[in-house]
Amino acid sequence: MAVLAIRVHIRDNVAVVAADVQADDVVRLDDGSEVQAVEAIPRGSKVALGPIACGEAVIRYGEEIGRATKDIAAGEYVHTHNLARER
Amino acid sequence: MSEEFVFQGWRRADGRIGIRNHCLVLATVACAAGVVREVWRRLPNVVAVEHAHGCGRGGPDLGLQIKTLAGLVQNPNVGAAVLVGLGCEVVSAALLKGTLARSGKPVETVVIQEAGGSRKAADQAEAMARRLLDELEELPRQRGTAADLTVGLECGGSDTFSGLTANPAVGKAADRLVELGGTVILAETTEMIGALGPLLKSAESEEVAAKLKAKVERQEARARETLGPLADAVMAPGNVESGLTTIAEKSLGCITKGGSSPIREVVDYGDRPGRKGLVVMDTPGYDIESLAGMAAAGAQAILFTTGRGTPVGFPAVPVIKISSNSQLFEAMPDDIDLDAGSILAGKSISEVGEQILDLLLRVARGEKTRAEINGQAVFAIAQGGPAF
Repeated sequence: MAVLAIRVHIRDNVAVVAADVQADDVVRLDDGSEVQAVEAIPRGSKVALGPIACGEAVIRYGEEIGRATKDIAAGEYVHTHNLARER
Repeated sequence: MSEEFVFQGWRRADGRIGIRNHCLVLATVACAAGVVREVWRRLPNVVAVEHAHGCGRGGPDLGLQIKTLAGLVQNPNVGAAVLVGLGCEVVSAALLKGTLARSGKPVETVVIQEAGGSRKAADQAEAMARRLLDELEELPRQRGTAADLTVGLECGGSDTFSGLTANPAVGKAADRLVELGGTVILAETTEMIGALGPLLKSAESEEVAAKLKAKVERQEARARETLGPLADAVMAPGNVESGLTTIAEKSLGCITKGGSSPIREVVDYGDRPGRKGLVVMDTPGYDIESLAGMAAAGAQAILFTTGRGTPVGFPAVPVIKISSNSQLFEAMPDDIDLDAGSILAGKSISEVGEQILDLLLRVARGEKTRAEINGQAVFAIAQGGPAF
């Protein structure tokens, strides 16, 4: 099953999924590119579009919304367990 | 938008024009709330305002209370007011009426301790309100345009879709309103934390940028003082449940409501903008207090986006509720005026922006918002200091 995700800016390394995603679902962006979900992601949450190393910036709207607090793989669910805003 | 942005409103003595013609019955202090409520029971056509303020605070907070209550009475949607005080409070009916003397607005006062108790005070206030309502009926309507409007922008109960659908669509409507000569207020300083980069690029001048930066940095410092590490996610639990992770993520979505116009001015809470176009007001993110600041500044309408859903309205100021996703629109149809979730189904942000502008025009022409129909009107003022 393919689920739509929305990326706002070309620099973004996360996108928001428009519906609930199950592990192994294909998540498709509006430009046609795809990433395979490695776990379940609730509707409205963020999926990593590529690998994001611990400490690296997580980008949405073309801006930094925080830093990865652990290594994140492509297709992973991104939320409070692996993303925080630090000073 | 297919037609000219013209409506028939009520021109006030200060030159501003209202899209409603309300008689306020306003408690100057919490202790007068029961009398205000009794007047409203007898006369549902008045707009009753009760709150928890008016006494028991330090100077700066009382100053904010006086400014905000006076600003609400001066809002162009208000044609006349009955101020109900207790008699021993700091923010008395006489004090508030004194600050309104130059507005040219009909204002009457009732003091419960002087009237001989709450029932007699309600009788007096009811008689005054009946007379004022009759006078307001007689007021002629006058032509208003978008240039006469100040529209407040608000988001409450945001989700991850807010910044993708409802907020940027409101941003398009804001851009159109500014093009037509109107004023829009982007508020909620808390929801600018982490979004200074794009905001400062929109500042019209270095002076505006410096003021904006100072306001946002101060709000972030306050959040850190109070919340410590939690300041990085200074949000409601529902925001986080919906998928928003950091305040920066929420903020970057929030500020898209302002659209792409240059920011002309930064004003303090409750202060009237001196410039037209896009203006930033320093308010908390807390919806009710933010709405009060914008209403006191003269906003005749509010565009309010929500992802989780909120029924909130405001006294005398129509609040237009826009959902960020269609599930919400279907789940709370009685509280939402327009669904921007259609953007997720393929509608363009510009198209929905035009729909919002059309709806704003209809509301300016008298169409009631869901919050008005539901009688939703809560009021609270942003406070800084401790309670005594």
